Amino acid sequence: MSTLKIIIDWLSILAIPVIILFFLSYGYLKKVRVYESFVEGAKEGFDVGVKIIPYLVAMLVAIGMFRASGALDVLTWALKPFTSLIGMPSEVLPMAFMRPLSGSGSIGIMTDLMKTYGPDSLIGFMSSTMFGSTETTFYVVAVYFGAVNIYKTRYALTAGLLADAAGLITAVYICRLLY
Amino acid sequence: MLNHIWLWMIVLSIMIAGGTDLYHEVSQPAQASTESVKPADKKEIRNLNKETRLGQITSAAIDAAGLAVKISIGLIGVMALWLGIMRVADEAGMIKILAKAVRPITRKLFPDIPEEHPAVGAMVMNIAANMLGLSNAATPLGLKAMEELDKLNPKKGEATNDMITFLVINTSAITIVPATAIAIRASLGSVNPQQIVVPAIISASMATLIGISTVKLIQYFDKKKTIKKEMDKV
Repeated sequence: MSTLKIIIDWLSILAIPVIILFFLSYGYLKKVRVYESFVEGAKEGFDVGVKIIPYLVAMLVAIGMFRASGALDVLTWALKPFTSLIGMPSEVLPMAFMRPLSGSGSIGIMTDLMKTYGPDSLIGFMSSTMFGSTETTFYVVAVYFGAVNIYKTRYALTAGLLADAAGLITAVYICRLLY
Repeated sequence: MLNHIWLWMIVLSIMIAGGTDLYHEVSQPAQASTESVKPADKKEIRNLNKETRLGQITSAAIDAAGLAVKISIGLIGVMALWLGIMRVADEAGMIKILAKAVRPITRKLFPDIPEEHPAVGAMVMNIAANMLGLSNAATPLGLKAMEELDKLNPKKGEATNDMITFLVINTSAITIVPATAIAIRASLGSVNPQQIVVPAIISASMATLIGISTVKLIQYFDKKKTIKKEMDKV
């Protein structure tokens, strides 16, 4: 396990320098005018950043209001009776709701839970597994579609949230199994 | 879907915040409620903006709007870096080679993308960066992929099937090392912070599996519907 971790750690440190070195020198060997073509490509960076703004404002404002309103507490309270059905400790429920909404918000909840119950408790284990098992779906939808000016997202959110739910429920089962 | 969720998030926030405030005002006299919220604060004048939930959601909305711009602007630098490198790789023909290498897998997942299209190369690099937990590189590469996918989009402004498939694979991303969670566990004195690696990979794989199945099912029924419509026309 620890050798695997060392390999993976090094792989993630080496990845970016190696990719940059390889791509640029390969381009150079293929007679690409590397500096000029880099600058040409980099120009688009500004447009993309600016294009995202309205989509991200819409999304983050809604999420920010939702978090500040205490709606999460109400949801947790309403769904508490059902969590035992899937074997989820009700303390972890806010984590499950926050994970697709906000990265920093779910880091906060995860840290709180681990501080209160200990990182090696079932609740700590489960909440950190949940954090590692999915991405912030709402943010990804806003940024990725925003970058190409797509506002009709069709079934993207439905599928994304279903995937999140599957990941979170699997995390509950696996953690119970391994704990 | 997004229209409904977006609106209801805002409406519910305002209703719940308003309801909470109303409950506090009715159930407790003003003085007492001030004390219960902030016992140390003995000012005569109430700061309604901080004390009430409605005030809190208002400042949360304004803060979030500012944060959104900050994040977008902050993305420009790293976007420019990766888009520059991707342009060099593209002109050297690297992205096409990459796309060709993974063609057997991507042909099934993304049926509408033509052979050797640069979108595939960018998507593969984004997924690889996500797996390694390189989020700084993953987002620009993913946005590059979306841009390439949008070139194949017949209806601008509307997501294509391939875009949604890519997005779902992306949001349920399998990360080999969930570095943030491990670091926080370690800082809180966990005996075995890496314990979550395998469970997280299994959960994420399940998420990806369900995500792809959902997308493919929806696409299958959509296709059936359009075929039926065309048959009816004939």
